[in-house]
Amino acid sequence: MSLDINTKKAKKNAYRISKERGIGASRIRVPGGYLKAEILGMVQEIAETYGNGVVHLTTRQGFEIEGIRLEDMDAINQMLQPIIELLDINQTEKGCGYPASGTRNVSACIGNNVCPFANYNTADFAKKIEKAIFPNDLHFKIALTGCPNDCAKVRLHDFGIIGMTLPQYDPSRCVACKACIKGCKSLSVNALRMENYKIVRDAEKCIGCGVCITKCPTRAFTRSQKKYYRLTLMGRTGKRNPRLGKDFLLWADEDSILKIILNTYRFVKAHIDPNAPGGKEHVGYIIDRTGFEEYKKWALEGVELMPETIVNRCIYWDGIHYD
Amino acid sequence: MGYQMPRTDADRLFQRLSEHYHILAPKVFAGEGCYSDTDVVRYGTVRSLSEIEFEKKSDYSFKEALLPVNETLFYFTEDQTAIPSLPEKKRLVFLRSCDLHALKRLDAIYLESGNEDPYYKRLQDQTRFVLMGCPKTCDTGFCVSMGTNQTDAYDLYLKVTEDAVFADCRHPELEAFLQDYAGTDGAVPCPVTPEYIETNKESVTLPSSLPEDIHAHPLWESYGSRCIGCGRCNFVCPTCTCFTMQDIHYKDNENVGERRRVWASCQVDGYTDVAGGGSFRQSQADRLRFKVLHKISDFQKRFGFQMCVGCGRCEAVCPEYISYVNILNTLAKEVAQ
Repeated sequence: MSLDINTKKAKKNAYRISKERGIGASRIRVPGGYLKAEILGMVQEIAETYGNGVVHLTTRQGFEIEGIRLEDMDAINQMLQPIIELLDINQTEKGCGYPASGTRNVSACIGNNVCPFANYNTADFAKKIEKAIFPNDLHFKIALTGCPNDCAKVRLHDFGIIGMTLPQYDPSRCVACKACIKGCKSLSVNALRMENYKIVRDAEKCIGCGVCITKCPTRAFTRSQKKYYRLTLMGRTGKRNPRLGKDFLLWADEDSILKIILNTYRFVKAHIDPNAPGGKEHVGYIIDRTGFEEYKKWALEGVELMPETIVNRCIYWDGIHYD
Repeated sequence: MGYQMPRTDADRLFQRLSEHYHILAPKVFAGEGCYSDTDVVRYGTVRSLSEIEFEKKSDYSFKEALLPVNETLFYFTEDQTAIPSLPEKKRLVFLRSCDLHALKRLDAIYLESGNEDPYYKRLQDQTRFVLMGCPKTCDTGFCVSMGTNQTDAYDLYLKVTEDAVFADCRHPELEAFLQDYAGTDGAVPCPVTPEYIETNKESVTLPSSLPEDIHAHPLWESYGSRCIGCGRCNFVCPTCTCFTMQDIHYKDNENVGERRRVWASCQVDGYTDVAGGGSFRQSQADRLRFKVLHKISDFQKRFGFQMCVGCGRCEAVCPEYISYVNILNTLAKEVAQ
């Protein structure tokens, strides 16, 4: 049987073209990696109806249903519809599957729904970003992690969002037990010391991880009502120059980060190499070409940062160079 | 005497009371719990009835109303000292039956074991206690086992519903407020008895007597090896009264300063440190044994009643899930054998 498949269109529709001729895989993005368990049953049904009964858990918190025949894509798209709706994925047309796959799934660690260390609800923020940027064909990777432990490895992403909290200290509740000092020293950056039986926090050193707060037995240390984030930029893996993302903003707010991400899409549209293969050029390489100063102009346009937000005015990336 | 009044009138009565009293009650401190987006219920100043958390048991007890976490005992200059003055306003403290029983323990320690503690005494003298009933049991308390589920030692009892408030007053000073109020507003005299619970989810049997070699029981090591020595169990306990002293010399002038007393925990490093570098109970097992036996045996030997009131706060707060209830029941079983 002859197969006439527009592979570009199929890939954009979140299908993989596999090694085996005529066989592909259906990729299901799960923003923030958070889903209702009933979706698992739907994934199973597709895998057993159209696939080979096997599902791969992707590195970006999605499902990849293996062994599907490329001619079944339309039928599978129909079965994906309830999943897409449950996950609240922006869609251009119902029943047509995922409308874009260039920007990768916004992934996240488990966050403060469960984890005692996390400083915010990572899945909620991931979904907000999802709603703001999808569908989108440009190659962006965004990840969120609840605290500087960075279990989500966000520094390998174009945008890494790390939860911070600004410790609030009430000396009248402090019993000088030193649990915070010991915790900060052994688990974090040793930013606390005691003077006259009260805690002094080195604000320059403090990374806002919140260890002092979880360790405090009397609620002398508590979290700030405001949620803060560290925004890291342009980390990546890849063939030429793998590198860790660098801090751009410290003590930033959610709105500013959303605006910067959206501004970056505008920047890419304006600066992308018109000859880039498949119209895809990874944002990090574009910034390498234009320089950080030019990027920063675009990124911060219309962004009103809070007075406490620290901006790194100059960023130099390092990493390993193979190019 | 008992009163019933519409909720709106009670709110106004509360306003009037707060003009005369500094009212301290359990409050929800939103977002101030140990973990992100969690709350803590602890004591704070309240200015309206609706600020008071009547449902959940407070995570930290009322004791900080009488024993501040940090209390300045005196300020010193080169040759003079000055004792901080007492706040002018009297205090109203809202608490539950178990806590009122705990008050008896605090009194025993600070007023009835030798010299009266003047700092405790002056605060206690100007404090009136308002009982909050318990319409249902909390999760971890075992007040019924400890006989602390009921009390009549309150100055005022308040039961607050959506549209009415019931009060029973036993203190002439507060009675005057209510009578004054009843004369002009909607308070109607009626018999009111405090709500209390008769069964808990947890029950505890205390060991009748402990053998001489109880300190050598493997139980202590088994729980001690799990304890991280954070002291939460002490800090939330309404009957833990230990403090340590801190002499502060102000940075700008070291000849001037203050002496504070600050809550201490027998589970935290440093508690048994003595001059010369000695330290008595170094292992968490020893510390845990000391605390448990103080709560259910040693205090009783001295004062004739148990120290622990069964509020269950230590059980609820332990980050390592060390069950004080299980420890007590295990001890009782071991002794019975």
